[in-house]
Amino acid sequence: MGEFFHMGGYAFYVWLSYGVAAVVLIANVFIPLVRDRQVKRELAMKMVRDNELNQESIS
Amino acid sequence: MWTWLHKLGSPKIFYNLANRLIPWFGWGALLLMLYGLYGGLVQAPADYQQGDSFRIMYIHVPAAWMSLFIYMVIAFCSAVYLIWKITLADIIARASAPIGASFTFLALVTGSLWGKPMWGTYWIWDARLTSELLLLFIYLGYMGLGSAIEDRRVAARACALLAIVCVVIIPIIHYSVTWWNTLHQGSSVSVMNQSSIDKSMLVPLLVMAFAFKFYYVAVVLVRARTDLLFQERKTNWVRKVLVNG
Repeated sequence: MGEFFHMGGYAFYVWLSYGVAAVVLIANVFIPLVRDRQVKRELAMKMVRDNELNQESIS
Repeated sequence: MWTWLHKLGSPKIFYNLANRLIPWFGWGALLLMLYGLYGGLVQAPADYQQGDSFRIMYIHVPAAWMSLFIYMVIAFCSAVYLIWKITLADIIARASAPIGASFTFLALVTGSLWGKPMWGTYWIWDARLTSELLLLFIYLGYMGLGSAIEDRRVAARACALLAIVCVVIIPIIHYSVTWWNTLHQGSSVSVMNQSSIDKSMLVPLLVMAFAFKFYYVAVVLVRARTDLLFQERKTNWVRKVLVNG
C-alpha cells in the first residue's frame, strides 16, 4: 500500500495532478447544481409575486 | 428525421429529455471513472522509461482531448445558431464553455506537473503547449464576451462569430506536434494505425476518455437546463415546472 502512494518517487506530481483534477471536476458538478436551485427559487418567488400583483389589480 | 429534430429543438421536450438523461450520464461517468482509475493507477504496470509518472496520462490525455472536442461542439452549435437561429444551440454552446475551459486548464496543469519530472521544467514555449494555452484564453474570452453583453441575442451572435473564427486553433493544436519540432511527444494512440502503447495501459486511457465524455454530457445538460428555464421563464410550461417543483 505504501508503495502505491509512493508512486515510484513521483508521488508529488502524480497525486497533485489527480488532486487538482478531482477539485476541478467536483466543482464543475456542484456549481451548476447550486445555480439550478437558485434560479428555480428566484423564478418561483417572482411567479408568486406576479400572481399577487395580478390579483390586486383585479380586485 | 426532420420532425424529430424539430421536436428536439422545442424547449419543453428538450428539458424533459435532459431531466431523464442526466442521471444516466452522471452515474455512468462516475462508474467509468472508477473503473478507469483502478485500471490506470493500480492495474497498469509502471512505464519502462517514465516509471509511475506516466500515470498522469490518465488525466492529461483525456482532458486534452476534451478541450478540443468541447470546442468543436461549441463551434458546431454556433454555426447551427447562426444559420437556423435555434436558441437551444446557443444555450448548449455557452453552457459548454466553462466545462471546456476547465478541461483545458486541467490539461495544462497536469501537463506541467508531468513536464517537471520528465523534461525538467514546468513550462516551455513549445508549439503544443503554447497553442493549448491560447485555447484556454479563447475559452475565457468567449465566456467574457458572453457575460459582457446584456442583450441575449446580441451576445449569442457575437459569441457564435467568435467561436467560429477561433476554430482555426483546433487543427493547429492537433498538428502542432507534426508541423513543428516540439518537445511534446507525438500521439501514441491512433484510430487508423496500431497504437504504440500496450493494451494494459491503453484500455484504462480509453475508459477515462469515455468517462470524461459522459461527464461532459451530464454537466452540460444540467447547465443548459437551468439556462433554458431562465430564458423561457415567461412561458406556461416553465410555470408548470416551477409549480410542480
